[in-house]
Amino acid sequence: MQRTVLDLWVGVFVVAGIIALLVLALKVGNASTTFNVGETYRVYAEFDNIGGLKVRAPVKSAGVVVGRVDDVEFDTQRYVARVAIKLDKRYLFPKDTSVSILTSGLLGEQYIGLEAGGDSAMLKDGDAARITQSALVLEKLIGQFLYNKAAEGGAK
Amino acid sequence: MPERLASGLRGIGHQVVNGVWRLGYASRFFLLTLLRSPTSFRRFHLTVREIYFTGVLSLIIIIVSGLFVGMVLGLQGYETLQKYGSSEAVGTLVALSLTRELGPVVAALLFASRAGSAMTAEIGLMKATEQISAMEMMAVDPIARVIGPRFWAGVISMPLLAAMFSAVGVFGGYLITVVVIGVDAGAFWSQMQSAVDVRHDIMNGVIKSVVFGVAVTAIALFEGYDAPPTAEGVSGATTRTVVTSSLAILGLDFVLTAFMFTGI
Repeated sequence: MQRTVLDLWVGVFVVAGIIALLVLALKVGNASTTFNVGETYRVYAEFDNIGGLKVRAPVKSAGVVVGRVDDVEFDTQRYVARVAIKLDKRYLFPKDTSVSILTSGLLGEQYIGLEAGGDSAMLKDGDAARITQSALVLEKLIGQFLYNKAAEGGAK
Repeated sequence: MPERLASGLRGIGHQVVNGVWRLGYASRFFLLTLLRSPTSFRRFHLTVREIYFTGVLSLIIIIVSGLFVGMVLGLQGYETLQKYGSSEAVGTLVALSLTRELGPVVAALLFASRAGSAMTAEIGLMKATEQISAMEMMAVDPIARVIGPRFWAGVISMPLLAAMFSAVGVFGGYLITVVVIGVDAGAFWSQMQSAVDVRHDIMNGVIKSVVFGVAVTAIALFEGYDAPPTAEGVSGATTRTVVTSSLAILGLDFVLTAFMFTGI
């Protein structure tokens, strides 16, 4: 085969492959919402129980994804979970923002919800959020419910 | 009885020594291919020619298979997810299974049987008809002239083919679930986009396909180069290429998945 025709076909093939990759990245993946390194800041929060929270879980405020869970550690000094959160530089939150672990839907994945407070000072890189709320553990909730029922029955 | 035992042991020993020797020969062959690559790149049109034969001519089988795999995933996923009332998640299912596993693995299996076997047969026949020896006589390095371009053509083609497989597969899933069955298009795409991560899912898929490309072409080229120069030898080498590279793909896929997606 002539070299020009060959080159043309190979060029078409390579361009088609790169287009397929771009389609995968832009249409199928979330390239538009992935945060770049350097445009984020780290904030810490401590919880008594993180439930099923995983690294890379979304951090939402008012339902909008503003960051991701970066790291989960166990503090052996005080026996609490220490969660590092990466937040987008564009979104600043007051110092008294409350950090809670929520569940999307009844059986969905767990994510972190931020609720802004009224402080005028903003959270900076490396700060720790003071107000936190642990994950809701279904077993504990059911146990409490049963205990209350039993107590009611005993009072009668 | 002891003689029988001794001859049995000798057989096992012979097998092991042979296997290790062949592995060493294959690694030296692979290293030599990499070392002589600058020489092959100096005449890049040879590589372009091989990309045409391995990549462009594999397009049809890759695209048609991708479309059908995506459509089947859509149908099966819809059937199961519908029972739990979350049929919109079918987009996530199709996209994640394709980008993480099926895209690279099935494309590599097809590539091994479509392009790998052809490479082995071609080089085996070149050796049987003494074209390789003739090159050596003319002081042309057969590794740089024949093996190098084919190796790089395979390594370049494989990720592109896998990406096309995944993209066409997602389109096939869309076609069946959204156009034919009637799942909401907005939910289909938005759930998919929130679940598929570019670095974690798509890039890892690309890395997998590059690894498979290296494995398949290296095995195919070595089997061809090592084939006994007879009709039987070439046919046996072609069969071994398909079997060995398929096993290598599946084995490597397990190892890569264990490293990439389990978070150990």
